[in-house]
Amino acid sequence: MIKIHNARKTYAEKVKIGPLDIEIPKAGFTSLIGPNGAGKSTTLLMIGRLLNMDEGQIKVANMDVSSTKSNDLAKIVTILRQENHFVTRLTVRQLAGFGRFPYSKGRLTREDEEIISKYIDFLDLTDLEHRYLDELSGGQKQRAYVAMVLCQETEYVLLDEPLNNLDVARSVQMMQYLRHVADEFGRTILTVMHDINFAAKYSDKICAMKDGQISAFGTVEEVMNPDLLTDIFETEIEIMHGPYGPLAVY
Amino acid sequence: MQKNTITGIEGNSQSRYYNQNKIWTKPFIIAIVVVISLAVLSLFIGVYDVRGQEDGMEMFFITRVPRTIALMLTGAALAMAGLVMQLITQNRLVEPTTTGTFEWAGLGLLFVYLLFPAPTIALRMTGAVIFSFVGTMIFFLFLRRVRLRSSLIVPIIGLMLGAVISSISTFLGLFFRMTQVIESWFVGSFTGVQVGRYEYLWIIVIITILVFIYANRLTLAGLGEDVATSVGVNYKALILLANGLIAVAVGVVAAVIGNLPFLGLIVPNIVSMIRGDDLRSNLPWVCLIGMGTITFCDLVSRTIIMPFEVPVSLILGTVGSVVFITILLRDRKARRLK
Repeated sequence: MIKIHNARKTYAEKVKIGPLDIEIPKAGFTSLIGPNGAGKSTTLLMIGRLLNMDEGQIKVANMDVSSTKSNDLAKIVTILRQENHFVTRLTVRQLAGFGRFPYSKGRLTREDEEIISKYIDFLDLTDLEHRYLDELSGGQKQRAYVAMVLCQETEYVLLDEPLNNLDVARSVQMMQYLRHVADEFGRTILTVMHDINFAAKYSDKICAMKDGQISAFGTVEEVMNPDLLTDIFETEIEIMHGPYGPLAVY
Repeated sequence: MQKNTITGIEGNSQSRYYNQNKIWTKPFIIAIVVVISLAVLSLFIGVYDVRGQEDGMEMFFITRVPRTIALMLTGAALAMAGLVMQLITQNRLVEPTTTGTFEWAGLGLLFVYLLFPAPTIALRMTGAVIFSFVGTMIFFLFLRRVRLRSSLIVPIIGLMLGAVISSISTFLGLFFRMTQVIESWFVGSFTGVQVGRYEYLWIIVIITILVFIYANRLTLAGLGEDVATSVGVNYKALILLANGLIAVAVGVVAAVIGNLPFLGLIVPNIVSMIRGDDLRSNLPWVCLIGMGTITFCDLVSRTIIMPFEVPVSLILGTVGSVVFITILLRDRKARRLK
């Protein structure tokens, strides 16, 4: 379980995030949605200890993210941000191998190699594993980073806009992979999503944020409410019932 | 639809061992042979005929052997310093001369000369190391503060900062009448290397071992602060340590040899193009090519106007700027293709 208690972050007088109080259950797929500047990424970064909060407490699997040793946390929670600008010339397999760092410090054991192979195969990167990252397309690169994050074998996987820069086909593919990770590997996935409909189709729960506050947290059906969404995004949003569940139309 | 996500797992999950990059490959052994031959050449080329003269053997051990050892150690040190810098700044164009580190080391040397009338090498070295540490730290903090849009701006700022620092050194030098100190430092040369004057360079062996121990962490730093932190690396401590390693390597070289431009730029870029950026498996290559390049340049500097010598920094600067421009052009071409 991810427990956030009274967490605050102040960027400027008018840009304040929090106080946030929320408990995200273990297992399943939760998406954070909301307009730009609502504090979605800030929340994710604070959970992933990439950003220090000013006040409050965040616990992941009962470990306090501000006081637990970084290396111990790295075995419980991993976070992937939007794509890096600088492209290191590592091969896909070398990159994925660094996901094993918390366990082996880079001296990969036989077991590590098997885990790396498993996730490379899972993400259909088998034929690309010896290619350098700078030779890959955006979607392939994103998959390589996801492979690294999965190799870390953490209970909690945090992803900041995993569909950024991906076309429709790649987005659908990525969401299927992630859904699979949640269902088959039993990981808890928390993502920041921009597309409400992608979030609705693939998530178990949705957390909607606005102005640094959590406006709603519940199942897809609960949050996919026209009044609620219209209020959050300050845009007329209607909900249709499509073949795959609720669909936001705007 | 669900099918394509599942096929992968069953496809082939037998274990593969691809991450163990072998070091002792054929090209590596060939490279070692080339560097050893360059070293042997370096031992026997010179104005003084070590085989013909009566005290040849003595001279051989007083000057030739130290000079060759110094070349090897310096080459490895600067290539490594460049590589580590490039990883932690995530910029391929930085190295000790394009970040001002060498200029800071020079200022440190000058300060030591000002404070102590006849400083020992140890004192000079300490001054150079401290100043280059502070200078590099300032540069890194600056880089962290500002998000630069183009990677080209980074070395430009570094060169500017370096120019400011070196003009301060020149001013101080002129003011306190110590221009020879600055001049001899500005143009790095191995001419003065002999027994008793180069031994501190052995510190570089320790630096090499430390870089090797921290190789994986440094490669992770090259993936960015977020990725490194996410897998449990203490990023800030690592940057501090890397900075320390760079400062010691550069400081020692600055105190014993002088300013040697571009070596830290050429070598890591060539290695990265061919072998990627995995520091652990690249380190032997980086050291080796660093040694080879500087030994080659020193040989040229010694023979081109025999019986006189051209400072090796001139040769390095010439070769280096050509490579620097080539990298810039390649970089632009690659970006245009995208």
